Amino acid sequence: MLGKGLLQGLAVTAKNLVGSYHDPARYVTQEYPEVQPKLPEAYRNFPFLVSETADDPMGTLRCVACQICEKECPPQCIYIEKSKDKKPDATGKAQIYPAVFAIDTAVCMSCQICVEVCPFDAIKMDQEFAIAATDRFGGLLLNREQLAKPNAYYHQIHPTEAAEVDERLAAERRAAEEKARLAAAAKAAAPKPAVPAAAAAAAPGAARPAPAGSTAPAASAPVDPVPPPAPRPPSP
Amino acid sequence: MILAAAAPASPADAWLERAPLLLRDALTGWLPDALRPWVAALLSIATILGVFGLLFAYMTLAERKILGRIQNRPGPNRTGPFGLLQPFADAIKALTKEDIVPRAADQVLHFLAPVVLVALSLIGLAVIPFGRNLVAVELEASVLYFFAAGAATELSIFMAGWASRNKYSLLAAMRALAQLISYEVPLLLSMVPVVVVAGSLSTTGIVAAQGGWAAGVWPHWHALTPWGFSAFGVFMVAALAESNRSPFDLPEAESELIAGHLTEYSGFKYALFFMAEYLGMAALSAMGVTLFLGGWQAPLAVLEFIPSYVWFGMKLLLLLLGFIWIRATFPRLRIDQLTRLSWKFLVPLALVNLVNGGLWAVTSDWTGAAGVARWVVSALLVVVPFVVLGRSLTAGYGPRTYRYASP
Repeated sequence: MLGKGLLQGLAVTAKNLVGSYHDPARYVTQEYPEVQPKLPEAYRNFPFLVSETADDPMGTLRCVACQICEKECPPQCIYIEKSKDKKPDATGKAQIYPAVFAIDTAVCMSCQICVEVCPFDAIKMDQEFAIAATDRFGGLLLNREQLAKPNAYYHQIHPTEAAEVDERLAAERRAAEEKARLAAAAKAAAPKPAVPAAAAAAAPGAARPAPAGSTAPAASAPVDPVPPPAPRPPSP
Repeated sequence: MILAAAAPASPADAWLERAPLLLRDALTGWLPDALRPWVAALLSIATILGVFGLLFAYMTLAERKILGRIQNRPGPNRTGPFGLLQPFADAIKALTKEDIVPRAADQVLHFLAPVVLVALSLIGLAVIPFGRNLVAVELEASVLYFFAAGAATELSIFMAGWASRNKYSLLAAMRALAQLISYEVPLLLSMVPVVVVAGSLSTTGIVAAQGGWAAGVWPHWHALTPWGFSAFGVFMVAALAESNRSPFDLPEAESELIAGHLTEYSGFKYALFFMAEYLGMAALSAMGVTLFLGGWQAPLAVLEFIPSYVWFGMKLLLLLLGFIWIRATFPRLRIDQLTRLSWKFLVPLALVNLVNGGLWAVTSDWTGAAGVARWVVSALLVVVPFVVLGRSLTAGYGPRTYRYASP
């Protein structure tokens, strides 16, 4: 009969009106500033720098200012200045650190390429989206103090990914320790004149495998850009 | 018990019932006799302006809240508790906006159009009986006056389109006129049987004719008779179209056209058009209540202790909420569907209903079995044309088939 569809339509809207007062499925609006959105784990927008601890973020940055991310960044929004000196990192080894590390979030396109190229797991994607500023140049240009966030925060926003990264870093450290231990054992087993020690002192990274290659089987381990730390690091 | 027994005996004498009149007398009593009617008239104007101005303000809020709820969102809720101050924020915004008048526009007409529209939308309210003895102007032919004032609003819509000197505004104004004149016909035709049955062209007379109850429970409201039900339906559909409300909001169609005849209006003049739309809607709903829903009459004798103006207000709000509900539900019609609905469906229904109403008036003294026959005949005169017209108009428009999507 004529008008049946009209009545059905009215019933649909009336159900929604009444349902919005008691049925959460019919009232899905979250009131944003009071109720913060529950972001999915994979959500990302701008990068941040991972530091090992929250107490001393500048001293424990994982970044060693290798500048790979700066060169790879498609919109060129990263600016890094290497330090002149070296400071001990979280593992206690002396490293170059970024004297200046700045990201212009007005330029960043959130592509995550910096994260993918970083060999040190030092830069990760943040979930902070409310970055509006009154000054579009200074306010959106984040320096390293603003970018540094502790590893615990990384665990908080991307738990799965952070656990995986921690596991890999720990495995790498264990492998490096093992290699160092084997190398030390091999050296102790076959004592030689003081020549290798002098060579090692002159060029610790490059000269090391050459004399050890014939004697130690452990030299076939993958070439690490960073030589294994001499003192035993605190176990992670 | 004594109170309950005494109250229905003379509901007109209850203190609450007489409160508005007592207030008026208290305010004007100290004036000389020559001035008194003038001040009383000004008071009623001020009351109507105040009440319907506030009603307009809160209707916009209610509309936004209800539309929001129907669309699974809260609606305005930031300005004051529950967004109750939102209308005032809107008013301040409209007042402080820049008022742009096109250089080529007719300056006088461009200014006059919204003013005239609001004025004409308001003057219809003068003859509505808002309660027992609560009518601003008592006229012999007040129904005629009301619809004449309502029809004049069309003039100001064309005025707006013409004065803007914009071809789109002008075209939209012509389209609006086509719609408004199309729906003026069923609006008036649906009202005629009420006048025939009530035997009066005055709104107070029509309300008085709807007093009393059949068998003590069934009010003599016109909407509760078969012919009146049909006339009420036609009247409300035509009222929707007359007040440019969705689904008949083609004249401005905010999502498709650039607001039609309102294209060249901004700031407070635009707000005035908006206000006129709501005032016109309220006026037509008030007329609908008066003609079909018994005006200020209570639905049951035991409920007469509630003052008559409260009953009127409740019925008015019910109709206005219905307007909002309809707006939230139906998609906009096309212009050909719109005129087709009027000329091929509503006008024939209203014409048949004219005969129906006449029969009802002639057979008013039938009782017993004849009285039942009167109801049956009247009901058949409503249902049969509805079904026949509906079938013939929808023939060939069978249910839509979806080839690629499931409905």
